[in-house]
Amino acid sequence: MSERVAVRKTYKLFIGGKFPRSESGRSYLVQDSNVSLASRKDARDAVLAARAAVKGWAGATAYNRGQILYRVAEMLEGRRDQFVALGASAAEVDAAIDRWVWYAGWSDKLAQVYGGANPVAGPYFNLSAPEPTGVVAVVAPESPALLGLVSVIAPAVVTGNTVVVAASPSAPLAAVTLAEVLATSDLPGGVVNILTGRLSETVPTLAAHMDVNAIDLTGVADADLAAELEVKAAENLKRVLRPAPADNDWYADPGITRMTTLLETKTVWHPKGV
Amino acid sequence: MFEYAPAPESRSVVDIKPSYGLFVDGKFVDPTDGGSFKSINPASEEVLAEIAEAGSEDVDRAVRAAREAYERVWGPMPGRDRAKYLFRIARIIQERSRELAVLESLDNGKPIKESRDVDVPLVAAHFFYYAGWADKLEHAGFGANPRPLGVAAQVIPWNFPLLMLAWKIAPALAAGNTVVLKPAETTPLTALLFAEICQQADLPAGVVNIVTGAGETGRALVEHPGVDKVAFTGSTEVGKAIARSVAGTRKKLTLELGGKAANIVFDDAPIDQAVEGIVNGIFFNQGHVCCAGSRLLVQENVADRVLESLKRRMAQLRVGDPLDKNTDIGAINSSAQLARIRELSEAGAAEGAERWSPPCELPDRGFWFAPTIFTGVTQAHRIAREEIFGPVLSVLTFRTPAEAVEKANNTPYGLSAGIWTDKGSRILWMADRLRAGVVWANTFNKFDPTSPFGGYKESGYGREGGRHGLEAYLNV
Repeated sequence: MSERVAVRKTYKLFIGGKFPRSESGRSYLVQDSNVSLASRKDARDAVLAARAAVKGWAGATAYNRGQILYRVAEMLEGRRDQFVALGASAAEVDAAIDRWVWYAGWSDKLAQVYGGANPVAGPYFNLSAPEPTGVVAVVAPESPALLGLVSVIAPAVVTGNTVVVAASPSAPLAAVTLAEVLATSDLPGGVVNILTGRLSETVPTLAAHMDVNAIDLTGVADADLAAELEVKAAENLKRVLRPAPADNDWYADPGITRMTTLLETKTVWHPKGV
Repeated sequence: MFEYAPAPESRSVVDIKPSYGLFVDGKFVDPTDGGSFKSINPASEEVLAEIAEAGSEDVDRAVRAAREAYERVWGPMPGRDRAKYLFRIARIIQERSRELAVLESLDNGKPIKESRDVDVPLVAAHFFYYAGWADKLEHAGFGANPRPLGVAAQVIPWNFPLLMLAWKIAPALAAGNTVVLKPAETTPLTALLFAEICQQADLPAGVVNIVTGAGETGRALVEHPGVDKVAFTGSTEVGKAIARSVAGTRKKLTLELGGKAANIVFDDAPIDQAVEGIVNGIFFNQGHVCCAGSRLLVQENVADRVLESLKRRMAQLRVGDPLDKNTDIGAINSSAQLARIRELSEAGAAEGAERWSPPCELPDRGFWFAPTIFTGVTQAHRIAREEIFGPVLSVLTFRTPAEAVEKANNTPYGLSAGIWTDKGSRILWMADRLRAGVVWANTFNKFDPTSPFGGYKESGYGREGGRHGLEAYLNV
C-alpha cells in the first residue's frame, strides 16, 4: 500500500474575514510554500474591510471584546503544535497565548486607568474617556514572527480599532495560520486583515491612505523607509508608532503605550444645576 | 440698544519698552543674525514695540542654553523645587494680572473682559495645576519612574498668546523639561513680559527661553537637531509640515490644530440658552478660536425661531475698542487674517449662501469685521468646510439625530462639538458618536487646566491639560 499523499495548505490573504488570493494573482516562494504576494489594490481592499468593521467593533461592549480576545487565546492554545511546526519555539507560542490573555483583560479596564473625572473649577460634570482612533495600519516585526505579530495586533484591536497588518515577509506562514485562529474566534470579519508579500508594495499605500487613522511602524527595520512612511502618514496626520529598537525584548511587559497611542481622548462637559 | 458711556481700562498699568531682545539663558539679548519687526495694536494700527527677529544662530543659542539648563539644573532638581518655582510664577501672574490683561488686549485686539476674566485667570490656574504635578509624576499613571524628554521646542499662535504659552510651558517644566518657545509674530508682548516674570521668580537661567520671529524662526526651532520634543498649536497646514519635518527623528510631537466644530441645537433645547451658547461659540475672541462652533446645525422645525432669536441677540453685540469694558467683540488680529475672513465670506456669498450682519458701526482705523451669519449653507460650501477663524457662522439644518451626527462628522477636523438638548440620553448618545476631542453639552467654550483638550483626525494629536497633558512631556 502506498504512503498517503498529504493535503497541502494554500496560504492566502485574510481580508474581511475571508481568505482571498491576491487580486494580482501573484505569489512568492517562502518557507517552502507559495504565499500570496499582496498588491496595492489588496491593501486598499483591506482598508475598506477594516473601515467597514469599525462601527461594529468599536461599538461592541468592552466585555464582549475581552471575551473574544480571550477566545483567541483559547484557539491558539489548541493549535500550538502547528506554530511549533512552523518554527516557533514552545516558549514563543506560550508567550503569544499569554499575551492575548493579558490584553483581553485590558478591554474593560483601560478606560478607567486612562480616563476619568476632571475636577474643573466650576459647576460642571467633566469626564475624559478613551476611544479607538479607527483603522490602524500595522507593520509586524520580522521576528519573532508569531509573538511579534500578536504583540502588535492585540493592543490595537482590544480597544476597538481595526487593523490592516503587513506580515513578516520572510516568515508569513505564522501570520496566515494566526488568521485561521482569528477566523474561528468569533472575531468579526474585517477587524484584523492580514497582507503577505513585500512591505515595499503594500506599506507605502497604507501610509498614504487617507482613510487610515494611525500607523504602527514597529516592523520597519530600514530607517530611511520608516522616515519616508512617516512623511506619507503626515498627509492626514495619522497617529504614528515609530519602529521598535532592533534589540526589543518581546517577552517583556509591554506596558500601555501601544494601546494609548492608538486612542483618542474625548472629554465631555455638562453643566450641573436644577 | 442701550447707549453706553465709554468705559476704557487704563493703559497706564503697562510699561511697553520701545524695543525687545530675545530671552535666552535668563537674559534679554540682541539677535546675532536676525533683524527686527514691529508689533502693532490691531485696534488702532499703532506700533507698540520693535521686536527682535531670531535667526537660526539665535535659535541655536537658545536651544543650547535650554540643553545646558536641562542637564545641569532643571533635570537634576527635585520635583518639589521645580514645583515651587512654578507656584511662584503662578502667584506673580495673579499679582500682575491687570498688567497682563491690558497688554494682551493691546497686542491681540481681544476685549479686555475676556483677557481679564478668561485668559489671565486660566493662565495662573494652569501654572498652579501643573506646579502640583512636578513632585507627583510617579503617581500620574505613566509608570514608576517617568522621565522628562529634554529640550522642548514650542510654537504657539496669536489667538490666546499668553494662555497658549501657559498650556505649553507649565506641563513641560513640571515634567522636568526645559523649553524654547516662539510666540506668534503678531502677539509677542505678553510672552516677553512672561520672560520678565521668570526673572522675577528667579527661575534658573535657560529653563525658559523665548525667541521671537515669524515662520522661518519657527522652522529653525522645530527642525533644530538639539530638541527632543516639538509642540505646536496653529494651522493644520503648518502642523502637517511639522509632522513631515520630524519624521525619522527621535522628536516626540504633539499638535493642536484647526477645527470646524458643529454646534448642534435640537428642538427641545431651551432656545435662549442655546442662543447664548451659539453666540459664545462663534463670537468669543472674534471667532479666533480653533474650537469655535463655526457650523451651527439646527433642527429644521426650530430653525426659524432660533435664527430670529440669534439675530436679535447679535444686534446687541458691541464691537469696538478692546480696552472698553463693555466691548463684546474686539479687533481682528491682523490685516492678513482680516483679508482671509473677507475672502471666505465673499466665497460664501458667491456660492449662494445668504449673508447677514446686524447694523454695526466699525472704527475707521484698525482691523474689524462685523459679526456675520450665513444661512442656506450646504456641506459643499467652502464656508462649511474651511476654518474661517473669524466671527462668521455657517448655519445648516438637520431633521434626525443620525443626520446631525453625519453632518457634524463630515469634516477632516475633529476638535470640538456642541450639543443642545434637554434629553440626557440623547446627549450621551450623540457624545459617543461625535468624532471630536471635546464635547460641550448645553455649554460651549469652557476650559480648565484639569480637563484634557485636543483633537481627533486632522485637528492634531496629543492632549493639553489634565493628567493627559503630562504625557506629551514624559518619556513613557
